[in-house]
Amino acid sequence: MHTKSLTELAADLASGAVSSTELTQAYLDRIAALDSRYNSFITTTPEIALAQAKAADEARAAGQAGAYTGLPIAHKDLFCTEGVRTSCGSKMLDNFESPYDATVVAKFKAAGAVMLGKTNMDEFAMGSSNESSFYGASRNPWDTDRVPGGSSGGSAAAVAARLTPAATGSDTGGSIRQPAALCGITGIKPTYGRVSRYGMVAYASSLDQGGPMAQSAEDCALMLNVMAGFDKMDSTSSQRDIEDYSAKLNESISGLRIGVPKEYMSDDLDPQIAERVQAGIKELEKLGASVREISLPRTRMSIPAYYIIAPAEASSNLSRFDGVRYGHRCENPEDLMDLYTRTRKEGFGAEVKRRIMVGTYALCAGYYDAYYNKAQQIRRLIQQDFLAAFNEVDLILGPTTPHPAFKIGAKNNDPVSMYMEDIFTLSLNLAGLPGMSVPCGTVEGLPVGMQLIGNYFDEARLLNVAHQFQQVTDWHKQTPAGI
Amino acid sequence: MEWETVIGLEIHVQLSTQTKIFSGASTAFGAEPNTQACAVDLALPGTLPVFNENAQRMAIMFGLAINAEIGKRAVFERKNYFYPDLPKGYQTTQLEKPVVGEGYVDITTDEGSRRVRIHHAHLEEDAGKSLHEDFHGMSGIDLNRAGTPLIEIVSEPDMRTSKEAAEYARKIHAIVTTLGICDGNMAEGSMRCDCNVSIRPKGQEEYGTRTELKNINSFRFIERAIDTEVARQIDLIEDGGKVVQETRLYDPDRNETRSMRSKEDANDYRYFPCPDLLPVVVDDDYVEAIRATLPELPDARRERFISEYNLSDYDAGVLSAYRPQADYYEAVVAASKDAKLAANWVMGELAKNLNANDTDIKQSPVSAEQLGGLLKRIKDNTISGNIAKKVFEHMWSDGGTADEIIEAKGLKQVTDTGAIEKVIDEVIANSTPQVEQYKAAEPDKRGKMIGFFMGQVMKATGGKANPGAVTGLLKKKLDALCD
Repeated sequence: MHTKSLTELAADLASGAVSSTELTQAYLDRIAALDSRYNSFITTTPEIALAQAKAADEARAAGQAGAYTGLPIAHKDLFCTEGVRTSCGSKMLDNFESPYDATVVAKFKAAGAVMLGKTNMDEFAMGSSNESSFYGASRNPWDTDRVPGGSSGGSAAAVAARLTPAATGSDTGGSIRQPAALCGITGIKPTYGRVSRYGMVAYASSLDQGGPMAQSAEDCALMLNVMAGFDKMDSTSSQRDIEDYSAKLNESISGLRIGVPKEYMSDDLDPQIAERVQAGIKELEKLGASVREISLPRTRMSIPAYYIIAPAEASSNLSRFDGVRYGHRCENPEDLMDLYTRTRKEGFGAEVKRRIMVGTYALCAGYYDAYYNKAQQIRRLIQQDFLAAFNEVDLILGPTTPHPAFKIGAKNNDPVSMYMEDIFTLSLNLAGLPGMSVPCGTVEGLPVGMQLIGNYFDEARLLNVAHQFQQVTDWHKQTPAGI
Repeated sequence: MEWETVIGLEIHVQLSTQTKIFSGASTAFGAEPNTQACAVDLALPGTLPVFNENAQRMAIMFGLAINAEIGKRAVFERKNYFYPDLPKGYQTTQLEKPVVGEGYVDITTDEGSRRVRIHHAHLEEDAGKSLHEDFHGMSGIDLNRAGTPLIEIVSEPDMRTSKEAAEYARKIHAIVTTLGICDGNMAEGSMRCDCNVSIRPKGQEEYGTRTELKNINSFRFIERAIDTEVARQIDLIEDGGKVVQETRLYDPDRNETRSMRSKEDANDYRYFPCPDLLPVVVDDDYVEAIRATLPELPDARRERFISEYNLSDYDAGVLSAYRPQADYYEAVVAASKDAKLAANWVMGELAKNLNANDTDIKQSPVSAEQLGGLLKRIKDNTISGNIAKKVFEHMWSDGGTADEIIEAKGLKQVTDTGAIEKVIDEVIANSTPQVEQYKAAEPDKRGKMIGFFMGQVMKATGGKANPGAVTGLLKKKLDALCD
């Protein structure tokens, strides 16, 4: 049962082949038995899950079941969950129980979902390997010596290990797409503003976006139908109407114009990855798409721009963790300054501190124009590159990552090399565009992801193309050995 | 050497919105600590601000009242600094693009008239309060005030005397209370002033080094604090010292200013546009719709009081400065049909009693209709001015209309000439020495001597005799004795 997709499980629940309680218990048992290998959950919530499953079964019996009723979900541990620890992968919030639900969590609750627990992540979503988690790195189910990617690494590992059929993630510079690629699952980062950020602990507010992670595009559509929509609690959420993201999955993609940026398929790219992506492109051509080369000349500038803007916002967003109202507080502070410095020194890990310092520096009087303003200018240029490209093509396609999953510890002493992992994903966040990662092969037994980039609010088209691809390929159905 | 004082004011005005500027929590004053602070005000992880449009409307009202440019696109920025009563670790404010641009107000003191230019006014959130008493060596934090909307009104350094500074502050107070955008309660901190003060040799163009006097909450203290600080600066310079740019605190108990922090300790606030809030865009229609709702402003009302009611500049200025008082005054005029008498009573007996009881005119136990009714009885000679004061005292303490009180207490004026003549005859008969003095006096000195007889008659009639009638009869009878 655990290898079934979310969509298949929904059908089983609807037909009565299985109850939500049985399904939930099966996943809880798997997590209890296997997660010591993957460390993909920070917190499991079996009592809540079983209570929600019971309620879902009752709702179904009463004829009140919706599309998501009784289906399991795991939430990345930066979505606030009422009465359940929301740690953000940090010692700072190890003792923090949110008094309220994030909008995304509330929407899943209202849809009748069953919450299995909270998934591991890089501390405050800062990282590409999950290694900055206070709870230890989550491990890649395809090779537990390797990273699952990050920052939504716990969500990706849990879905890949079939410990949950679906998990929420968040993506600030690639944090849904990169771990999805490295773990062989499907994930979509919606357009900025499509999914409410309320209750999602902020890393970089102008870049953060929550989204679905699951086995397939079809499953992601099912999730996005729950997650998306305007939220009056988030001023940056879009008031644009949402679509039924499942409705267009089966449309033909014949005539679709796909652009492949030459900067993404350069000689620097691992040739084996290039080959898998090319194979994917061939499949789409067979389905009637036309493919041409395009240029996104400012791609390389996205890394320095991102690593100014994101840390700058983070340095401000993380100021609230001061030991005064909640979260970690140092023992016996001597005075106010001691309270601040020791609380933050003890509560934050090295990568978080690094980004707070970089961001603080970039915003300082005298440096602001040289760094923050310049980065914002680059951001607009990157957006213009994309908009120009979308005048010619309907969709942009390339690799999600430059490499398959690397070994745990391999990049620990080289943060810049770690930052380069996000070369293909960052620019979408800077532009606010939607993107998704779809499994398109393996390299030496490790999954490889193909990235689809859409125009603003073109999630339905992305999901349609990915779904059509997944009708003629089975990469998304492959599982790590022993699953 | 002759010195000139240069003063600029930064006035913080709390807007009287029902809810906070970025959350739905109540702004009511005086609740138990931390009972009016919601998740957003506490800066819980994941929370986001939602701008209260009412604050925008009120800020624009102020802008229109000071003839200012209205910012078509106002941008909120984050001002980053750590303080325990600043929950997010930054204050959301406006810097580069404030809601209200350049404007001005005109003020008049006995030193003459002056136009004070206003550099800009911006919207921002108030901080909470740190409480340093009764916590056994620790500090308490009350976040009820956190997030209360403020406009900060920044003047140019256009004032030259402490009187002008206080008058400018009174003018701002009059404007914001007339607009109904602030309750004007300075004791509760609804309006707080920072005064920038410097001195320079008379005739010199260049400004001297300024100090900033923080958080002064009464007009009287503005004058005293500036006078004290100017004296300090003059002494300092004349003793060969230098003024240091710093923030100083005025201590009204000791009537001295003392250093809080110097410029060297100043924070680098690392301002940057708040990514959680969209720019606030307003169009001309929106602004014009607000302009149409503006009440009559203090300057216009003052002019009308002069032309319509024949009041002196001074009376018109006092009565128009505070809208509830101006409204009250006009209601008294309507009820009494005597603008001058109404002015005297509102500024005299009523103001005296309100001050003595520390009561706002809005809570006056004597209504405008009651007072108007009383004045009518003075006008029609039912009672004298002195008796009216007694009636007013009864009204103040026990309520009732003038007619009811006059009737119940038997205070109606005696105008019956026969009755008055009888009393006069008795008084003359019992005052032989005074009558002899009167007769012995030069005729032109006799007028002053009537006062004694007048007093005796009033005493004998319990003040109810008509003073005009008494004077006439007394003079006639005494002069008859002299022949």
